[in-house]
Amino acid sequence: MAEALKVPTMAEYMAEGKKPEVLFWVGCAGSFDDRAKKITKAFVKLLHQAGVDFAVLGTEESCTGDPAKRAGNEFLFQMQAATNIEVLNGYEIKKVVTACPHCFNTLKNEYPSLGGNYEVMHHTQFLKALLNEGRLKVEGGKFKGKKITFHDPCYLGRANNEYEAPRDLLRKLEVELVEMRKCKKEGLCCGAGGGQMFKEPEPGNKDVNIERTEQALEVNPEIIAAGCPFCNTMMTDGVKGKDKEDSVAVIDVAELIANAEDL
Amino acid sequence: MQIIAQILFAIALVAGIVFFARNVKRLIRNIKLGKEVDRTDNPGERFAKMARIAMGQSKMVRRPLAGALHIIVYLGFIIINIEVLEIIIDGIFGTHRILSFLGGFYNVLIAAFEILAFLVLVGVILFWTRRNVSRIKRFWNREMKGWPKNDANNILYFEMVLMVLFLTMNAADYQLQLNGATHYTSEAGIIGSFPVSQFLLPLLDGLSNSTLIIIERIAWWAHILGILFFLNYLYYSKHLHILLAFPNVYYSKLTPQGKLDNLEAVKKEVELMMDPNADPFAAPAEGEEEEEPEKFGASDVFDLNQVQLLNAYTCTECGRCTSECPANQTGKKLSPRKIMMDTRDRLEEVGEIINKNGKYEDDGRQLLDDYILREELWACTTCNACVEACPVGIDPLSIILDMRRYLVMEQSAAPNELAIAMTNIENNGAPWPYNQMDRLNWAKEK
Repeated sequence: MAEALKVPTMAEYMAEGKKPEVLFWVGCAGSFDDRAKKITKAFVKLLHQAGVDFAVLGTEESCTGDPAKRAGNEFLFQMQAATNIEVLNGYEIKKVVTACPHCFNTLKNEYPSLGGNYEVMHHTQFLKALLNEGRLKVEGGKFKGKKITFHDPCYLGRANNEYEAPRDLLRKLEVELVEMRKCKKEGLCCGAGGGQMFKEPEPGNKDVNIERTEQALEVNPEIIAAGCPFCNTMMTDGVKGKDKEDSVAVIDVAELIANAEDL
Repeated sequence: MQIIAQILFAIALVAGIVFFARNVKRLIRNIKLGKEVDRTDNPGERFAKMARIAMGQSKMVRRPLAGALHIIVYLGFIIINIEVLEIIIDGIFGTHRILSFLGGFYNVLIAAFEILAFLVLVGVILFWTRRNVSRIKRFWNREMKGWPKNDANNILYFEMVLMVLFLTMNAADYQLQLNGATHYTSEAGIIGSFPVSQFLLPLLDGLSNSTLIIIERIAWWAHILGILFFLNYLYYSKHLHILLAFPNVYYSKLTPQGKLDNLEAVKKEVELMMDPNADPFAAPAEGEEEEEPEKFGASDVFDLNQVQLLNAYTCTECGRCTSECPANQTGKKLSPRKIMMDTRDRLEEVGEIINKNGKYEDDGRQLLDDYILREELWACTTCNACVEACPVGIDPLSIILDMRRYLVMEQSAAPNELAIAMTNIENNGAPWPYNQMDRLNWAKEK
């Protein structure tokens, strides 16, 4: 684990006159947030393990504009989109994978009518595809039999109807998958969406992440699996708020797969 | 005597229909105050969605008990209304059970109406109990005080009374037929089959034919006048969903819930900014008026689109959205149902001004602040739980977003922390104050 990861950039590929199979869109959280960076690295390790020819934009990547759009700043969103689309189209990107459901939703649904048309996949969908193609091996390992519940990210689940890819991966890990009272279509938000991540909540009697964490703790999991860096932060804070950080871990699906084999 | 009754009936019927038509016209006029939006694409898919969700009630049954009861009342409402056809013909022509020529099939029909009427009665009583005795939380939120609460109960009382009148009418009719009363008796023997109202006969025991006729006539008249009244109560109530649920689902969004619209007006501005050859100070082309820049977002009902206004009229205040809303569950002021009720109430307020003056005159009020508070708007996580929960395809999130757009782009009134995040995005491409040049540092960190 001592050596740095090999993470090629699009600029390097371009210089060599090559094109990668897929662009890994890292996202702001995945680039800067200390917790989310671990998810980014775990996913990169899996990409290497599966022999995926990928590249990142690196310093040419910029916020998709999702939080701005959902906070009402359509202008800033479209400026961000225009800049990003110019970069993506410049590199003739066809396929994008990202570990952030917010980036995923924005790139997939909101960029096309602004001139950005790509095949966009969430990292759980991409990993599942690698698995189906036999490029990635996912099996038992150290999480086998562990009681795990999956928290659906709104922007993967309800927003884009993907409930099974992360669960299929967890099943492959032979974990004991338990569902919360509110899951899939009815899953409760972690409280971060719509720009809430960047502001204090409005006055109320509880924080949304505490409510959701309580729902997760009801099923007594050893691990709360997540598929979104923001959900990860919110649920981690929730677990801490409930003084359960010693017995319950919040881990991204990609990390679970990478850690199962001690990558 | 008979002819007077027929004339009175015709007058009541025409008055009921004319008044209803006037209200429908107002409804359409008010919806058209909104901006046009094209939702005519994919008619096949839209129709299928309407068949599944509105006709097929597929989202209602996600809550099994409420769903099952609702299906009974829904089917009862549709099927029993076949009987109204006969009542209208009988009323105009002074006939008695004109459709009885259908013979055996007629008996089956009447029997089905009776059983459904009984089930509807039971269903409506259970609905009332859920609302008033078990006090299910979503019926007791802040916005459900006063008229909304009374309105819901009024509708339930109405339906109870209509069903009781229908069964009473049948019972008296049956007893009159058994007694061989003129006008009620047919050569073919007993017409109609009365599996439920036959049990009411002991209550009518020993009454003279003339008393029975009075009972039957009162029940018959009260029933049909009640229906005409109910038809016209709809417009003033949350109950419009029985008509509007169908178009509302038809015109609902087909794209993934996560996909929010990209504002066209902004698109133009951004293109202009990104185009190095554009001259921002250029005079408008010859013969072209300089356009008034379009208002961004919504502060009043006029800024919303017609589907959003249709949504507001369709909402029946069931509160499934609010009970699924993460903000509401944690005690925040936001309630997606209230967003819809406020939109409708403001639209009605505007409609009233137009009724009085012939056109809208600024009344110094608007949807934002006078109805919907900023605190409500800023509590939303855009999680789409409300959209998913709505059994008739209402999208409260789209209204919340349009109002946030107004606050941010027209008023620069975003909460401070959000304004900072936006500035960060603008300056360094991330909501946090990190340098864009450090974006790949994670790859070098051990």
